[in-house]
Amino acid sequence: MGYIGETVDSIKSIKIRQLLTQAVTLGMIVTSALIIWKALMCVTGTESPVVVVLSGSMEPGFKRGDILFLHMTKEPIRAGEIVVFSVDGREIPIVHRAIKVHERKNTKEVDVLTKGDNNDIDDIGLYAEGQMWLHRHHIMGRAVGFLPYVGWVTIIMTEKPIIKYILIGALGLLVITSKD
Amino acid sequence: MHSFGYRANALLTFAVTALAFICAIASFSDKFSNQNPSAEIQILNINRFKKQSRGNDEVSLTLDIAADLQSLFTWNTKQIFAFVAAEYETPKNSLNQVSLWDAIIPAKENAKFRIQVSNKYRFIDQGHNLRGKEFNLTLHWHVMPKTGKMFADKIVMSGYSLPDAYR
Repeated sequence: MGYIGETVDSIKSIKIRQLLTQAVTLGMIVTSALIIWKALMCVTGTESPVVVVLSGSMEPGFKRGDILFLHMTKEPIRAGEIVVFSVDGREIPIVHRAIKVHERKNTKEVDVLTKGDNNDIDDIGLYAEGQMWLHRHHIMGRAVGFLPYVGWVTIIMTEKPIIKYILIGALGLLVITSKD
Repeated sequence: MHSFGYRANALLTFAVTALAFICAIASFSDKFSNQNPSAEIQILNINRFKKQSRGNDEVSLTLDIAADLQSLFTWNTKQIFAFVAAEYETPKNSLNQVSLWDAIIPAKENAKFRIQVSNKYRFIDQGHNLRGKEFNLTLHWHVMPKTGKMFADKIVMSGYSLPDAYR
């Protein structure tokens, strides 16, 4: 009786230790991904260093599903730059090109008008009610580089959330059932 | 260690790493291209020059734009976005840039061109400072690669001016 009890205890304790190790490993993976993301935010100076192109308004340059690398410096905004901006009331940022820039003399404040390359009209219709220009604080970053097609993963996961759940479920299963 | 899952994982990781490396090298190779673009712009006609009811000046003009941007195309170039902007200074603003015309150049063959066109976007000032105003016409281009870093540059042409009176 005594040593059966001992064996049962030792089996139980191994399982718990293994479980804890796996939980810690998972936690480490998640936190290191978060660290990398936050570090990228610091280096590029913008809240979203990588964005996925969602619409076709910048075709044929940027197609839906491409990802853009953003960077924000204190350099003044100039015409021709591809800027990412958010409008009050809309949660999704927009990536378009600045076509008109008016910079004030002393304060360095700037009025910017943007337009998507593939659109016929400028973005005044997209701005908030009564807003004619974008200002510095609306602009989150400039696009400096891009990779094609990689963003489709994000689009699929956002538009068909069931795939996201399946993926996370499968990953979770893999972690739990792996023996090492 | 030799299960299908492990092999698929290793293969996928290696493929993604190799792909990322190739994209980075493709982008890096753009640094070595020899570039000498040229451009010339003439104002053919000032069609209209008036003050709007809201008080801002507006100009409509016809431009003759001749450019050769063929040397900017590399094997990693998807397209070049070119635009002409009028740049000038006013008492209130240290810099005004107004895009007058733009075009997407999809291939090297289309990069040498000469066109006469009236301004695609309205040339409207913030105020009424445009009479007799001297301004630069700058041809900007934005090289959009198949993958990687984007480059932008410009040619500034100065010496243009608007008439002293409305017409």
